[in-house]
Amino acid sequence: MPPALAYCFAKQNQHTPALAVNGLKAENLTEEFRKVNVLMKVPALKDGSFTLAESIAILLYLVQKFKTPDHWYPADLQKRARVDEYLSWQHTNIRAKGIFPLMPQPLPPEKLELATEELNVALKEFEEKFLQDKPFIAGSEVSLADLVALVELMQPVCAGYALFEERPALAAWRSRVEEAVGKELFLEAHQDIMNVKNLTADQFAPELLESFKQHLLKQN
Amino acid sequence: MGNKKLLRWDTGVWVGTAEVCGSRSGIQLRRTCALLSSSSESSPAPPAGVTPSGRCHAPACRAVPMGRWGRAGQGQGQHKTEEFRKVNVLMKVPALKDGSFTLAESIAILLYLVQKFKTPDHWYPADLQKRARVDEYLSWQHTNIRPVVFSPCQVLLPLITGQPLPPEKLELATEELNVALKEFEEKFLQDKPFIAGSEVSLADLVALVELMQPVCAGYALFEERPALAAWRSRVEEAVGKELFLEAHQDIMNVKNLTADQFAPELLESFKQHLLKQN
Repeated sequence: MPPALAYCFAKQNQHTPALAVNGLKAENLTEEFRKVNVLMKVPALKDGSFTLAESIAILLYLVQKFKTPDHWYPADLQKRARVDEYLSWQHTNIRAKGIFPLMPQPLPPEKLELATEELNVALKEFEEKFLQDKPFIAGSEVSLADLVALVELMQPVCAGYALFEERPALAAWRSRVEEAVGKELFLEAHQDIMNVKNLTADQFAPELLESFKQHLLKQN
Repeated sequence: MGNKKLLRWDTGVWVGTAEVCGSRSGIQLRRTCALLSSSSESSPAPPAGVTPSGRCHAPACRAVPMGRWGRAGQGQGQHKTEEFRKVNVLMKVPALKDGSFTLAESIAILLYLVQKFKTPDHWYPADLQKRARVDEYLSWQHTNIRPVVFSPCQVLLPLITGQPLPPEKLELATEELNVALKEFEEKFLQDKPFIAGSEVSLADLVALVELMQPVCAGYALFEERPALAAWRSRVEEAVGKELFLEAHQDIMNVKNLTADQFAPELLESFKQHLLKQN
C-alpha cells in the first residue's frame, strides 16, 4: 500500500518520489536500505541525510515540504482535524483488519471468513463515522485521508473481495477520489498490486520470500 | 516548572470520554469524565447528564493539562447518554467538542489543541524534520506500543471475572512489550534526549503516558532500563512532575479498586468487552 500511495501522491504533485522502496524486490534487505530504516520495514524516505519511516509521517512530510495544494492537508484547523482523525483511526481499524496477505496462497476458509467479517465492521464504521453524507472525509474536497483510505480498501479488492459492489455510497466515493487524483495515475500506481494474483513465488527473491513467510506465519 | 501549563484555555473546549474501556487498539481504563474546562470561572454548561468535577483518564486527556477537571461520579453510566453519543458516534473515547465541532481519536485531539491554542513550538515543531519525527512516532505507536502495553483492564479482569489472569497471557504480554520497548529505544529515542531531538514534544508525552500503563499495572519496566528511566525523568521534568503525578493518580491507584465501585450495568458491559478481547 504505502508505495502505491506515495507514488500516486508524489506524481500527482509533480515530484519524483524520494522513496527508495519496491516491496517486491530484495533491495530492502540490503545494507544500504537498512541504514535508511533500522526496523527493516517499508516504506522509508531519504531526503539528503534525513531519513524517515512510517507512511503517514512520510506523506505529511511530503505535503508540507512541497507545499502541495491546500486540500490535501488543509490549513483550516477543523478540516485538518478530520484528516488527522481518519489517519489516526485507520491504523488499527482498517489497516489491521482484513489485510489479505499478498502471498499467492489462499487463506484457510475460516480465517478468510473472520477477516471478511472484521473488514465489514470497519467499512460500516468508515461509512457512518468518517464519510457520512459528505463527498469526502474532510468535507467538500479530497484530502490525504481519502487517498489513504482508498488505497487501503484496494487491497482486499485486489485480493478478490469486491467490497464496492454492494456498497453504492462507497463506490460513489471511490469514483470521486479516483477522479480527483486522476484515474490513469491511480491505475498506474496500482499496477503491481492489481496483478498480485498473477504473481508466482519464483518472482520473489528467495531470502525475501523466507522473511515474508516467517512474518506471516507469526501473524496467523 | 510545576505551574507551567501545556495549554492555555480561553474558550470552553470540552474534552470528555464517551465510554469506559472502549479502545480497540489497546485496552485502557477510562472513567466517566466530565469535561476539561477553561481556567476561567464562567465555563459553558456541560452537556446534559454530566457534571463538572473530577478527572479524565484517557491518555490524551492525561497528556493535556488540567484547568478544572470534571468528574461525573465513577461508573454512573452517564457516558451512554444520547448527548454524548452525538459527540462520538463510535461511542469510543476520548472525544472533543468545540462549539458544534466534535472530534474523536486522541492523537487528532492533541494535534487540534496544540495548533488551536498555539502552544510553545517544541510540542509540535514548525520545523519540518523535527515535526516528522513526532509524526513518525505518533504513527508507529498505534500498532506497536498501544496494543502491547498491558492495561489497568488486565488488572481489572480478575477483579471482574473473579479469575486470575492466566500466567501464559501475562508472559506473552511481557514479551511483546519488551520487543516494542527495544524498538522504541533503538529507533525513536537512540541517543537523543527526546524523540524529536533536543526538546520534549507531543511524541514523548504520548509515549510516556502509554508506558505508564504497565507500570501502573505492576510491571516496573523502567527498572532495568536506565536509558528509558533517564528519558522518563527528562519528560517528567519538562512537563512538571507534580502535574504528571496528579494526572496519573487514579491510574496508579487502579489496583485498589473494588468491583462495587462500578455501576452494575457498566461492570457487565466491561466484562463482556474484556472477555471478548482476552
